[in-house]
Amino acid sequence: MSKFERYGLGILKGMTVTIRQLLLRHPTVVQYPEQRLNTSRRIRGNELIWSRERCTGCATCAKACPQGAIEIVTSSNTNNNKYEVETYRVDTGYCIQCGLCVEACPYDALFLGSSYERAKYRRGDIVQSDDALLESPERPASGYYHPRLAEKMPEQTLLIDKITEKR
Amino acid sequence: MMMPDFGTGARIALAPLPPDWPGGFWWHWLFFTVLVLAFVLSMVMGVIYIERRVLARMQSRLGPNRTGPFGLLQAVADAVKVLIKENIVPAAADKVVHWLAPVVAFAPVVMVFAVVPFANGALLADLNIGILYVVAVSSIASVGIFMAGWGSSNKYALLGGMRDVASIVSYEIPLVLAILGVVLVAGSLSLNDIVQAQQNIPFILVQPLGFLLFFTAACAEINRSPFDLLEADSELTAGFHTEYSGMKFAMFYLVEYAEALAVSAVVATLFLGGWQGPVLPPWLWFLGKVFFVFLVMVWVRATMPRVRIDQLMAFAWKCLFPLALLNLLLTAAEVALWPGAMPLIVIPINFAIAGLLIIIWSKFFKLGWGRVEV
Amino acid sequence: MAIKTEPFVLNIGPVHPSTHGVFRMRATLDGEVVLDIEPVIGYLHRGIEKLAEQRTFTGFIPLTDRLDYISSMSNNMAYCMAVEKLAGVKVPERAQYLRVIIAEMQRIANHLIANGSFLNDCGAYFTPFLYMFREREKVVDLFEMLSGQRLTYNFMRIGGLSQDIPDEFLPALRRFLDKMPAFIDEYDRLLKENEVLLARTRGVGIITAEKALNCSISGPVLRSTGYSWDLRKADPYLLYDRFNFDVPVGMQGDCYDRFRVRMEEMRQSVRIIEQALKDLPLKGAVRADVPQRLHPPKGEAYAHIESPKGELGFHVVSDNSIAPYRVHIRPTSLLNLTALREMVRGWKVADLIVIFGSIDICLGEVDR
Repeated sequence: MSKFERYGLGILKGMTVTIRQLLLRHPTVVQYPEQRLNTSRRIRGNELIWSRERCTGCATCAKACPQGAIEIVTSSNTNNNKYEVETYRVDTGYCIQCGLCVEACPYDALFLGSSYERAKYRRGDIVQSDDALLESPERPASGYYHPRLAEKMPEQTLLIDKITEKR
Repeated sequence: MMMPDFGTGARIALAPLPPDWPGGFWWHWLFFTVLVLAFVLSMVMGVIYIERRVLARMQSRLGPNRTGPFGLLQAVADAVKVLIKENIVPAAADKVVHWLAPVVAFAPVVMVFAVVPFANGALLADLNIGILYVVAVSSIASVGIFMAGWGSSNKYALLGGMRDVASIVSYEIPLVLAILGVVLVAGSLSLNDIVQAQQNIPFILVQPLGFLLFFTAACAEINRSPFDLLEADSELTAGFHTEYSGMKFAMFYLVEYAEALAVSAVVATLFLGGWQGPVLPPWLWFLGKVFFVFLVMVWVRATMPRVRIDQLMAFAWKCLFPLALLNLLLTAAEVALWPGAMPLIVIPINFAIAGLLIIIWSKFFKLGWGRVEV
Repeated sequence: MAIKTEPFVLNIGPVHPSTHGVFRMRATLDGEVVLDIEPVIGYLHRGIEKLAEQRTFTGFIPLTDRLDYISSMSNNMAYCMAVEKLAGVKVPERAQYLRVIIAEMQRIANHLIANGSFLNDCGAYFTPFLYMFREREKVVDLFEMLSGQRLTYNFMRIGGLSQDIPDEFLPALRRFLDKMPAFIDEYDRLLKENEVLLARTRGVGIITAEKALNCSISGPVLRSTGYSWDLRKADPYLLYDRFNFDVPVGMQGDCYDRFRVRMEEMRQSVRIIEQALKDLPLKGAVRADVPQRLHPPKGEAYAHIESPKGELGFHVVSDNSIAPYRVHIRPTSLLNLTALREMVRGWKVADLIVIFGSIDICLGEVDR
C-alpha cells in the first residue's frame, strides 16, 4: 500500500533533476544536416565497393552473402589466357550491410562504403554492377575489416566526450 | 442585474481618451472584445512556443528552432499546416456533435479572459461576481470535450471523454473551496478587488495551502500532466480528439493551451497579486506572473508520470476535498477572530498548519493497488 | 434500478503508441476495468528459424540481430555459443573477456531503453525516456566503434569476435564507466521516490514466483518476484564464475520491482565490466581458427545465456552440412508475455499499459 510516504518530497526531488537539465546542461542534440558527427572508422555504410584489379572472380563473397545479393559472372578469356570477371552485380536492395562478404574476400578486393546517405530515386538504380561499384571520391571506402584504411580515417566523435555540463 | 462597468480599462491604458472611446457602447464593446480575443490567441501561440522550448530543454532536446528566428514562427507554421489538412469526419460519427464539439470547448475558455484584469481596472467587464463567473464558464469546456468523445464514435475517444467528465466533476469542488479562502480574505468576488486587496502581500503567503490546492485542482481541471488522463497518449493514443483532424483538431489544441493560460492568469490574479508590483508597468507584471505560473506547469509536466483514473478521483475526494474544507474553516476563523492583524500573525500560522496538514494527510492517504476481482 | 452495462472490446494495437512494436491486444473492458485480454501476435513474423536453414552457420549471424533488435549483441553471442558447442570450438580467453564486456554493455543499453519506455508508458512525458536514451547513445557509440553499425551489430563470430577492438575503445569505455553510475543515480533521483510513480506501479501487476516459474518466465520479470535465478550464477557460461557480482531481486513481483531490478542490474553490469577490464588480456587472438565453411559434426546443441530480457537459448541441429538442419530459438520476450493475461485481469486500462511496459518485450523476438 503506497502512502505519500515522503510528503511529496520525492516529486520535488525529481523536479530538481529536470530544472538542472534546463539551467545547467546543454541539450545533447546534433542538428543533423548542418552538423555531422564523424562516424565510426569501421562504418558499414550503404554501398559496396569493389576493386576490379584485385578481384579474381573466386565468388567467395557471393557464397558468404547471407542474402544472395551478389551475382558474379566469370569466363576464361582465351586471347590473353586469363580468368576474367564479366559481371559483378550487387542488388543493394537485398544487401543488409552485414559485411560478411568483406570478411570473406581473400584478396581484399571488397570494401564497405563509408557514406550513408545513399537512397536512390529509381528502383533500377538499386542494382549496381561493374564500374558503378568501383571506388571513387564520391564513394569512399570504409575501414571495416581493413585496419590500415581505418587508421587513416578521422576519429569517431563520441557522445561521451561531449561536455554536457555548462561551465 | 448590474450593468457591467465597461471602459475602465480604456481609461487607464489610454488616459486622454473618453470612456466609451471609439464612440458609442457597441463600438467600444466590439473594439475591446476583438482586442482581448487577438491578445488571447497570440498569447496562446506564445505559450505553445514556451511550452515546447522549455519542455525540450528540460528533456535535453532543443525544441522547434527552424521556423523563423529561434523557431518563433513554429506555431504559425503548425497552424497553416493544420488549416490545409483534410477534415475527416468518421462515417459512424454523430456529425452535428462532432462538428460542434470544438466550438463548444473553445468559446468558454476565451470568455474567461473577459474578467481577468491586465492592469488596474483594465478588464473587459468588471463583474462583481468575477471569480464565480470564471468557475462557472470554464467548466463548460468539459461539455465540449465530452461531446467530442461521444460524437466521434470511437472507443478511445469515449474513454477519454468519460474520464474528463469524471475529473471535472470531482475537481470543481476543491477548486471552488480553495478559491473561497481567497474570497474570504479579500472580501470580494470581483477579480479586480481581489488584486487590489493584495496591495501589501500576495495571497500565496496568506493562503499557502489554498494555493497548493487550487494549483493542483486547476491542473486536474485543465488536464495538465500529471492529470492528463483524457489524452493519455500512452494509453488512449489521443483520447477525446483521436478522430479529429485539420482545424477542428487545432481548436482542441488551442483549447488546451488557452485553458492553461487562463488558469495561469487566474492563479496569478488570485494568489500572486495580479498586476501589482513595483517599477514595471502593471501589464508587464501580470504577464510575467502568468508566464511564471505556466513555466511551473511545464516543469511539473516534464517530471511527473500520470495518475490513474481511480487515483485521480481518490485524490480529489479523499485528499483535496477535506484539506480544502479545513483550509476554508481555518481562513474563516482567522478572518472572524483577527480581522485587523491579518498578515503578521496569520502567515506563520498558516504555513505551519499547511505543513502539518500535508504531513498528516500523507500518513493517512493511500494510493495504489485497487485491483478488481473479475 | 441497476443500470444495464455490458463489456466492450477495445482493440489496442498493432499500431499504438505503447505496444512497443506491433503487438496487438483485444481487451475486453468493463468501463475502465480489464476483464480479459487476448494477445494477437505475428505481425512481425519473418520466419527467421526457417531462414536459418537456408543460410550457412556464419551467414545466420546477421539475422540474429533482427530478433531482439534492442540487444543484438546478446543474440549474436547466444547463437555463436550454440554453434561453438556443436562444433567443439574453443574460444580464446581474450575473446571471452570481450564478450563479457560487450554483453554487459548490451545489458545496460537494453535496460535503459526498457526502463525509459516503461516510464514513458507510465505517462512521464518522454523526460526519463530521453535521459535514458542519451546514455544508451553512449553505449551505442561504443558498439559503432566496434562493429560499424548502431543497431544490427553482427559483431560476434563462431569462435570469437569478428575483429579485434580498436585502440581507442578501451579508453572510451573507461570514460563511459566513470560517468555511468552518476547517471544511474540521477535516474533514481528523478523518479525512484516519485509518489505518483509509486502509486502507479507498486502492487500493480503482481506475479508470484510460483506462477512465474510455471510460465517459464525468466530474467528481470522472474527476479522481481524474489526468486534469484540468473544463468550467470546458476549455469555460468563464458567467464562469469570469475566475477564478483550480485543478483538483484525484487520483493513481490510488481511493476515497481521490475523497474528497480533493472536499475540495480545496470549497477551490477558496471561492476562486472570494471572487473573484466582489470583482467582483460591485452594481447591475444580474439577469434579461434574456424573454417569459413563450417561443417559441424552431426548432432545438436543448446546454449543459453542470460540475455538482458531473460534466458535466451538457441537450439541448433546439424546434419554435417554447411547449413544448420534446424535452429530453434527460445525467445525470452514471448515466454515472458505468457503471464500477461494473468497479470492484467482486474486492473484498469492504464495499468494494462504499465504492466505490459514493465515486462519489456521486443516484438522482433516475440514474432521472430
